[in-house]
Amino acid sequence: MKASAFSYARASSVANALELLAAYGDRAKVLSGGQSLLPAMNLRLISPELIVDIGELNELRGVVVEGDIIRIGALTRHVDLQRSLQVAAHAPLLAEAIAQVAHPAIRNRGTIGGSLAHADPASELPACMVALNATIIASGPNGERRILGAEFFKGIYETELSPQEILIAVELPVPPKNSVHFFDEFARRQGDYAIAGLAAQAIVEGAMLADLRMAFFALGNRPVLAKAAKSLVGVAITPAVLSEASAALVEELDPQQDQQASASMRRHLAKVLMARGVAALLDRPDLNRGGSA
Amino acid sequence: MTGPVAIALDINGERVDAHVLPRLNLADFLREHLKLTGTHVGCEHGFCGACTVRVNGDIVRSCLILAVQLHGASVQTIEGLSDSGEIADLQAVFRDRNALQCGYCTPGMLMAAQDLLKQQPEPDRERIREHLSGNYCRCTGYQSIIDAVETTARMRAGHRA
Repeated sequence: MKASAFSYARASSVANALELLAAYGDRAKVLSGGQSLLPAMNLRLISPELIVDIGELNELRGVVVEGDIIRIGALTRHVDLQRSLQVAAHAPLLAEAIAQVAHPAIRNRGTIGGSLAHADPASELPACMVALNATIIASGPNGERRILGAEFFKGIYETELSPQEILIAVELPVPPKNSVHFFDEFARRQGDYAIAGLAAQAIVEGAMLADLRMAFFALGNRPVLAKAAKSLVGVAITPAVLSEASAALVEELDPQQDQQASASMRRHLAKVLMARGVAALLDRPDLNRGGSA
Repeated sequence: MTGPVAIALDINGERVDAHVLPRLNLADFLREHLKLTGTHVGCEHGFCGACTVRVNGDIVRSCLILAVQLHGASVQTIEGLSDSGEIADLQAVFRDRNALQCGYCTPGMLMAAQDLLKQQPEPDRERIREHLSGNYCRCTGYQSIIDAVETTARMRAGHRA
């Protein structure tokens, strides 16, 4: 199908885009890469009155490392993240996850800001932001606002952003030297939306996890930062400890049932991912025995 | 602002000036306005890859870009790649290896395959499969398509040696 008719404005600056959003409110939509917005418009799931194209705001593009913070502009494309040496060096979780985001032709247009503002619960980048303890920066009529990744995602396609705000950048803390990460997802085809997935970031001290952030995706209406992961921190992990944590994990998940998987299958896959993740983070293959999907 | 917007862009090396409605996507602009019908329209929401073209050197879904977004851009379609001879060898091998049946997905497959071969001269089959994962062939001729891309990669490597 084709999108219904709309007006189009090419924003000349962030301030200009904010003026347009202030005037139109929720009748306007911000266009960055368009790889989620345009399909939704072509399918007539949404029919905005005005499209505010921020695609030419080059100040919103690029990756900068300042001290112990990596700042990624909202218009940075997936392919730019995939090729970025800074991302590879300081946010390897993100580098690994990006390869699972859609297909090359989509990654050449899709942007990090667009993906986060769209907030599909099955997409990879929101979960990475939660696992990496990112801060999301929004610009609005009252200036800039900083929102923690874990608080940004509210529900299916719902975020903390108001219709008058634009996501302009994300900031990630550079992980300490003894950090490790894990990323895995189940999908029918390379690049498809996940049936269940896990983005995890941890700090290893000796044989133990000193910190562990596990963000599960496609397992609820937004990325879920697993509380159950706490029970794996600062203890010697045995199969029994892990099994207790997985049991607690499925209690906090509320997965959807759809044509791809039942809720119980998704819960099962979450446990598999947790076992794989912990085994990989600690380099303890013994913890993943019987962990096949 | 719903009325036509003036754009100027480069398509296959030729400057094109046009007035387009904001809702017009690049695929329809190419096919309906410029009669460049080599770009095929399949699903119109980014799943099938039939409409793949190059914008500023990168492959993209032309159904997921508005023509108005392309003011000042450079677009290459399958007609451009074909006429310049850039993919003559790939096209010949597609024929030899029976890598096309109905032909509907072929322009998109060629675009995606050439994109991979430019980035990585000798990809293995897994890598080819991964790069073409966003392109559907509903005749399900995937094995032959991968054969053709692999053969072309080997031939090109041979020529360089």
